[in-house]
Amino acid sequence: MSDKILLAHGSGGQMSHELVERLFLRYFDNPILAELDDTAVVAVSGFRFQVSGSPNQRPETSNLKLAFTTDSYVVSPIFFPGGDIGKLAVCGTVNDLAMGGATPLYLSAGFILEEGLPLADLERVVASMAATARAASVQVVTGDTKVVDRGKADRLFINTAGVGVVPAGVELGGGRVRPGDVVILSGTVGDHGMTIMSQREGLRFDSPLVSDCAPLNGLVAAVLDALSSPEDGSSVGAAHCLRDPTRGGLATTLNEVAGKSDVGIEIEEYAVPVRDAVRAACELLGLDPLYVANEGKLVAFVAPEMAGVVLDAMRAHEYGREAAVIGRVTAEHAGRVVLRTPLGARRVLDMLVGEQLPRIC
Amino acid sequence: MKYIDEFRDPQLARKLLASIRTRSKRPVRFMEFCGGHTHAIFRHGLRQMLPPTVELRSGPGCPVCVTANADIDRAIALASEPRVVMATFGDMLRVPGSHGSLQTARAEGADVRVVYSPLDALQIAHGCPERAVVFLGVGFETTAPGVAASILEAEAGGLDNFYVLSLHKLTPPATRAILDAGEVRLAGIIGPGHVTTVIGSRAWEFLPRDYGVPCAVAGFEPLDILRAVAAMVEMAESGQPGVVNAYSRGVRPEGNRTALGIMRRVFEVGEAEWRGLGRVPASGLALRPEYARFDAARAFPVDPGPAREHAGCRCGDVLRGVVEPPDCPLFRRACTPAQPIGPCMVSAEGACAAWYRYGEVDV
Repeated sequence: MSDKILLAHGSGGQMSHELVERLFLRYFDNPILAELDDTAVVAVSGFRFQVSGSPNQRPETSNLKLAFTTDSYVVSPIFFPGGDIGKLAVCGTVNDLAMGGATPLYLSAGFILEEGLPLADLERVVASMAATARAASVQVVTGDTKVVDRGKADRLFINTAGVGVVPAGVELGGGRVRPGDVVILSGTVGDHGMTIMSQREGLRFDSPLVSDCAPLNGLVAAVLDALSSPEDGSSVGAAHCLRDPTRGGLATTLNEVAGKSDVGIEIEEYAVPVRDAVRAACELLGLDPLYVANEGKLVAFVAPEMAGVVLDAMRAHEYGREAAVIGRVTAEHAGRVVLRTPLGARRVLDMLVGEQLPRIC
Repeated sequence: MKYIDEFRDPQLARKLLASIRTRSKRPVRFMEFCGGHTHAIFRHGLRQMLPPTVELRSGPGCPVCVTANADIDRAIALASEPRVVMATFGDMLRVPGSHGSLQTARAEGADVRVVYSPLDALQIAHGCPERAVVFLGVGFETTAPGVAASILEAEAGGLDNFYVLSLHKLTPPATRAILDAGEVRLAGIIGPGHVTTVIGSRAWEFLPRDYGVPCAVAGFEPLDILRAVAAMVEMAESGQPGVVNAYSRGVRPEGNRTALGIMRRVFEVGEAEWRGLGRVPASGLALRPEYARFDAARAFPVDPGPAREHAGCRCGDVLRGVVEPPDCPLFRRACTPAQPIGPCMVSAEGACAAWYRYGEVDV
């Protein structure tokens, strides 16, 4: 490892993983963290308490599974087409909880503000957080504010943490994927990352690039509900893993799951939906949309007999209309993701290494 | 998507592959000059689709990779000057020089900024008149005209804090150097598509004329490359080497006269140092004396100390096409994209990065 922190340590790719495993995990060592899922799920037994304020809540009083997660947001610019840092801060944490199968309930919000930030900008961000929280049926119930000297932060950073409850029977995790599972993606990839990149670098494209930033707990609930209808004998247990491919993109997420479940994953390149504007921007910059960040998409690993049910449920939801089956889990080449190109060739789809940087010629 | 999907059509590709398979009898090795081609070939899995008689070998066409360590050291030393803002294409950031990279220099406090165009560097210079903005001019004939245009614009705008460190290189002399060295038998060259939009397909006529080697200029989509390979198999089998323009939607025989004109106005041709090839005569671009005040090397004389090569690194041999990345003892072991030792593992156009990322492993 380099003896200084480099930007690539925060890219979500291999260097981020090394940092987490060799530093944080080494010191914070405990079995819950060691799962390294998007959210920690902790069993709380023997307690009796009332969960209020959630429309999706199921009556859980004694053997409760709590989901708990946190994330920090430093996106620049703080306003971008399709969202802003506040919307992102709510969606990101809500989505991490939802990927654990939890019904998100409460969030905290910590603000680090740079001296000189216009109050109107802060209000716009906070109003956006409130609107997003309402849409996701969560409440921001605690918070903190710090102001730092001009130049010590880039306008505004936000940290959110969130708690939720995991309904009975839901067992999701990166290590639960099995050979034969079908890989379903909820929609197009690369929208968020290319939107931010084009804003940040002042790249002007004729076609509109819009972030896909959205809370996915409704989509997850729709999928789990579709799987728990008793008449066709289906069960929520058919959903093995949900992941939102944020930093590092779809390719990195697939590699994480392949590694944790010790399975191979085969992806059909042509089946992965990518918007034309995103493809054009990626081609121009020499980037691969499979490595570009998303903020409103999920990948589901589902038992094959229930793939149709999940796909239909996704497509019926506003955030899953372009859902598609993109591949399968295999027992071969465990730990690796293999991509079949439209020409029929097969190649390794590796994890993102370093920062994705544009090519020069 | 228009202009892309047409050139990725699986059915047309299968037809082209079938005709290559039928026509190709004797074993041939073609070099794709350009690192962009190498990556396209790997990304689309073209090597495994070609018949065993057709071998593709990566060439020196990665501007970042052919930049000599001494030049990288100079760029890092320049970037570390307190008044300097170093503006560079992203690719150069992580390339290791003798002791560090621009990225590590940035972590130590150097002001290094990634730009997408030399015109972005001009904007930075406009925005901070108290700083000296140095654009790191790394690239081939594709990049040089844009850099020349930025110098002309700086001159027209009376900008006095904009400089260029010109490490630009020319592609035909490098191709000559490889063929002259004769270390690797080549039956044809896949001509670089983007470069040839500027220099024109006629610039490659010396290949059949002086070396009896066919050349097909290719674009960067799978069908472009397959079409070029089919044309070269045809020329190799028929024993009639020529230059085929398989990228006619971008390339004209005479090239882009405007771009060439701007480039010649600002730069003059001189000797350049290439990683792997050493000093190659008439293969680099230096600022003409009338634009010398924009020359960062002249404005900021720095002494980075003696350059040092990385022990065991075979990037030079990879760039000459003498070996392939897995032949390097460091490949995948000491040298990975996360901990690169040689530039071919860093750049998005480097052959080692393509081998590492897309793997030619049994899966």
